[in-house]
Amino acid sequence: MSGLLVEMTEKALARNIPLSVQLDLTYRCNERCVHCYLDHDDHGEMTTAEIKHLLEEMADAGVFILTLSGGEIFLRKDFFELLEYARRELTFCVKLKTNAIMIREREAAQLRDLGVQSIQISIYSHRPDVHDAITLVPGSLKRSIDAIRFLKSQGLRVIMANVLMVQNLQDYQGVRALADELGVEATLDPTITPMMDGDRSVLSMGVDQTALQRVFRDKALVGDVDEFCAIPAKADEGAIESLPCSAGHTTCYVSPYGDVYPCVQFPYPTGNVRKQRFLDIWRYSDRMNEVRAIRLKDLTGCSSCVHGGNCTRCPGLAFMEGNMRGPSTQDCEKSFAKTGVPSANLLAKRITDHNSVPTAAPKLVQIQMLPDLARATA
Amino acid sequence: MSHLFVARSPGVAARCLDGEMMIMSGRDSTLFTLNKTATILWQAADGNTPLEEIVEQKICAEFEVEPAEALQDAENLARELASHEILQISEEPIPQPNSTTPPGGLR
Repeated sequence: MSGLLVEMTEKALARNIPLSVQLDLTYRCNERCVHCYLDHDDHGEMTTAEIKHLLEEMADAGVFILTLSGGEIFLRKDFFELLEYARRELTFCVKLKTNAIMIREREAAQLRDLGVQSIQISIYSHRPDVHDAITLVPGSLKRSIDAIRFLKSQGLRVIMANVLMVQNLQDYQGVRALADELGVEATLDPTITPMMDGDRSVLSMGVDQTALQRVFRDKALVGDVDEFCAIPAKADEGAIESLPCSAGHTTCYVSPYGDVYPCVQFPYPTGNVRKQRFLDIWRYSDRMNEVRAIRLKDLTGCSSCVHGGNCTRCPGLAFMEGNMRGPSTQDCEKSFAKTGVPSANLLAKRITDHNSVPTAAPKLVQIQMLPDLARATA
Repeated sequence: MSHLFVARSPGVAARCLDGEMMIMSGRDSTLFTLNKTATILWQAADGNTPLEEIVEQKICAEFEVEPAEALQDAENLARELASHEILQISEEPIPQPNSTTPPGGLR
């Protein structure tokens, strides 16, 4: 993040302004990625008019960075109408997340004309058989790579996003080499998100400790391995008072149905823009303010954990694990893989796992039908 | 008499935070922030209003400053912003695709 953006983020934080919002335009998708957490059926997406109205409210609230994602955004027939409105009328800085398989020369030129800041494209492998086996769409890797070439030829910034899992563990270096060949950036994330209905079975696709350790010690990936994998210092007084992450502080997420959450990975409903003004939800929702109030010192186990000061703990993953003030085991596993030092949570689990009875994760309500719609369809 | 016209570049992203404009260049995503005076100029840059009129009606009305000095400062600022391609300048009116004022954001 540039120094100026850090400065503006601090200013937004001090003034309670949602500087950055991810808006999912649809959950429908033309791929069926094996690890995807979404329900792809349409449960009543916002209309073109509703989304334009929401964008106006967001602009008035001070939102500057708008990430349009899904599902697959290009499946919305009004996608370019919405993008044009967001860019030309409301002057958002717009970033896109897409699988890009519907982007050809014409779409790439339109994206350039509309001044999109970046396009993030999911690429799971450099090998068609591996990538296509994850998306479950034959030919999808070729189409995505073709799209990247079209976008690059228009001078657009492209980022390849790779999720590391059992199926593609051997291929992350190949993906990075492909990114270099195409002249684009690449990211790698070992985080698998539980399904939005609470089903955690997809987590079994996550890579194990041995693999994580190997990846985290890949110099080409992390740079200075000693620094990246250094044993952390315990959180100091400043860190104890610090914010867990930007979710609910300067960022939030809006679903295709108008539900507002602290983050796309934090499915704690705080309001719905079909019923309330976006800014009222942001400012006055009890739940948003509950999330906003949490400090590192409030976290069960984490506040005294040796990884406290450096942990990448995701409060949304912790919420999906059952307690937004608790640890996120996926992040504990990452810290352990980096440093070889188990977190307080992992140590506690080792003790309790011997005699524990498995408990079900809480049911999540990322798709919640509005009461009036429920009556109409009952 | 100066007859410089100024217009916001269509490729930028922009939002006003607490009275100060945050602008991202469409050319290379460089981020700029404008102080309150520059923000007034940028928001008034509709392509049709001469710079001297903007200075007289928007800046001199708001701040205690000599009109000639303010105009010189405004011209310098306009040329600098134009060098970063976040503002267009011309000696003729600059046609705009639409005439809407950019969303202000919260104060």
